[in-house]
Amino acid sequence: MKMTGAQALIKALEMEQVETIFGLPGGCILPAYDPLLDSSIRHILVRHEQGAGHMAEGYAHVTGRPGVAMVTSGPAATNMVTPLMDAYMDSIPMVCITGQVGTSAIGTDAFQECDTVGITRSATKHNELVMTAQDLPMVVRQAFHIATTGRPGPTLIDVPKDVLVNTMDWYWPTDEEVADSLPGYRPNTKGHSRMIKEAARLILASERPIIYAGGGILKARAAEALRELAELVDIHVVTTLMARGAFPDSHPLCLGMPGMHGNATAVTAMQKSDLLINLGARFDDRITGKISAFAPEAKIIHVDIDPAEQGKVRRPDVPIVGDAKYVIEEIIKAIKDLRAGGLEQADTAMWKSRISGWREQFPVSYEPSEPGEALKPQYCLEQLRDSAPEGTILVSGVGQHQMWSSQYWRFDEPYTWVNSGGLGTMGFSIPAAIGAKVGRPDRTVWAIDGDGCFQMTAQELVTASVERIPVKVAILNNSYLGMVRQWQEMFYDERYSEVYLSPEVPNFVQWAEAMGCVGIRVDSPEEVQPAIDKANSIDDRPVVVDFRVDAREKVFPMVPAGQSNDDLLLPSWQQQHRSALR
Amino acid sequence: MSDHSSNHHILSVLVQNRPGVLARVSSLFARRGYNIFSLAVAPAEDEGFSRITIVVDVESSPLEQVTKQLFKLIEVVKISELDPRQSVERELLLATVRATPEQRGQVVELANIFEGKILAVGVEAITVSLDGHPDKLDDFEELLSGYGIVELQRSGRVALPKLDRAARLRAVKNPRNDNGKVG
Repeated sequence: MKMTGAQALIKALEMEQVETIFGLPGGCILPAYDPLLDSSIRHILVRHEQGAGHMAEGYAHVTGRPGVAMVTSGPAATNMVTPLMDAYMDSIPMVCITGQVGTSAIGTDAFQECDTVGITRSATKHNELVMTAQDLPMVVRQAFHIATTGRPGPTLIDVPKDVLVNTMDWYWPTDEEVADSLPGYRPNTKGHSRMIKEAARLILASERPIIYAGGGILKARAAEALRELAELVDIHVVTTLMARGAFPDSHPLCLGMPGMHGNATAVTAMQKSDLLINLGARFDDRITGKISAFAPEAKIIHVDIDPAEQGKVRRPDVPIVGDAKYVIEEIIKAIKDLRAGGLEQADTAMWKSRISGWREQFPVSYEPSEPGEALKPQYCLEQLRDSAPEGTILVSGVGQHQMWSSQYWRFDEPYTWVNSGGLGTMGFSIPAAIGAKVGRPDRTVWAIDGDGCFQMTAQELVTASVERIPVKVAILNNSYLGMVRQWQEMFYDERYSEVYLSPEVPNFVQWAEAMGCVGIRVDSPEEVQPAIDKANSIDDRPVVVDFRVDAREKVFPMVPAGQSNDDLLLPSWQQQHRSALR
Repeated sequence: MSDHSSNHHILSVLVQNRPGVLARVSSLFARRGYNIFSLAVAPAEDEGFSRITIVVDVESSPLEQVTKQLFKLIEVVKISELDPRQSVERELLLATVRATPEQRGQVVELANIFEGKILAVGVEAITVSLDGHPDKLDDFEELLSGYGIVELQRSGRVALPKLDRAARLRAVKNPRNDNGKVG
């Protein structure tokens, strides 16, 4: 069947079962927007291309299916660089389609031309410039295959305008043809059986084990397997920022988030353990602190689907390259076999009692405000959490509010937490929340944002209003770039340089209303609950609640950058007990 | 180009011969902070594939990261690390050397001793070529420099494993299937 490249592109996306595209048309991608009118695919018209990228990420994160963004060439492609890098850092499956100038104009500095594949080369898992219409179905199949298999990540297809206009003979490559076309791409999902047995032995022999669960658990849909493993051997689990929700916070074995702003128990349990069972995490510097001082007595089991993560930061004793779900299930079997053979698990009772002692003495906490004092951001989060309908998805930007969200929310279900972990992209939350709501329209979606972040991508609330995507936004507004302010207060002698944002401008309520949302301002603790109730009751448009919170509030605990996790800074009221963290 | 003794590793990288593949490989080295000592690329025996010979200057642990990161490139099909002692290496050198008519004979003699070739002769200069082991080229270059080198170009080395023992090709096992102990 003859068709244009544009028709082939849209048909290929339909064949890949794409339901939603986030995008914004322009000159070079124009031909692809025509067949879109006749397609079953829903297109969400964004107000800035960066928004399309983050929406695709939010959508992918909550659905597990690849998010798709489509934009034009030149500035649209460069606007897409941040979301691509964000998706790359956080292993989010995403396919981005960019327009390109006609093949004969490439390299001539034509209008809206840029070297998209060159610019995005280090921000994608793979990218491809398509030179003939006939190649389109194969390139689309490759892009989806690469984005969703192995360690997931973003791919980009750059399509020149004439490739969209020219005609081709439709075909749809088989799985085999796709595999044959990628001879260098064979992700390994099955772990090595000898290493799996070795891991099982180490787990049973450990007196101070900790499961260090990372985002790979969620990518591999391995939350159930993780729970089974933790319960089988009765080992505590820390969930990294990328893994919040992968193991229920309400579970007695859950220690919550470790790392720079992790709770003291999670941080210390890793530090003091004799065995770290790393399942899909990557020893990020925000977790390890000073690497030479990180978990000095721990042996390491490292399960990761990406071989390059093995030994990148910390040399594993037992490296296992494979899919987390498969490998965990195999480890469970191996443990059961060893037990059936009479091997008993080492006594972990002492370790457990140390852990429960820490938990009792060092809960994440803040000083509630006295009547008449400024509102505490943590209080707002607690109220939001306690009023949130079951299954609520929380999406955050980057900064203090992100850390408080992770600390104070209670994540009991996988895929209910979306944030920008690796790249730390301010402005992530609003578009990502919109993408999440599109992916899971049945769920309440709360975006927790800072006033700094909000001002980076707020225009996408216009998209949300017009497209009737009723997300809810809570701005924890302290009129500062709060995290930077915290560092300046703590490490730069309170010399505040370029962190103060105006408390008067913008007027967030008016801005929200101008964008078709309901805007609510909250100044005092008594106003918090009514505002949340009102926001939760609105389901026909986006809501923005501007919580005016105490600017002096800092995120604790904290491991200062580059320092050892042993030197965790506790809030003042816990400092007197710190000798207990041994 | 003579300092290649201590941390010099030769990677022979088989890649799909597609537009941009060299840029992917070289930008990966740049991004991860690895140094390329020399690089040579040309089509390989199978149609559709090229072989890139990269001499890397690293300690052995980063080399493991280099190969693992290279494997993540979709178009990289196979990587072999060649032990310099157990592989054959060749490089080509072209040099134009200052040589007055009186000195010309000396340069020609030098080229003959090294089994090089005279490519062009001018009044005040002479262009010679030499192919061989990079160490030999280093020696030749040093001797030529006494006359005054006007221009010099070396190709960067290419290498293949020695034939006599299969074990001499230590193929870097594809880490996708490498669950054995690292290091």
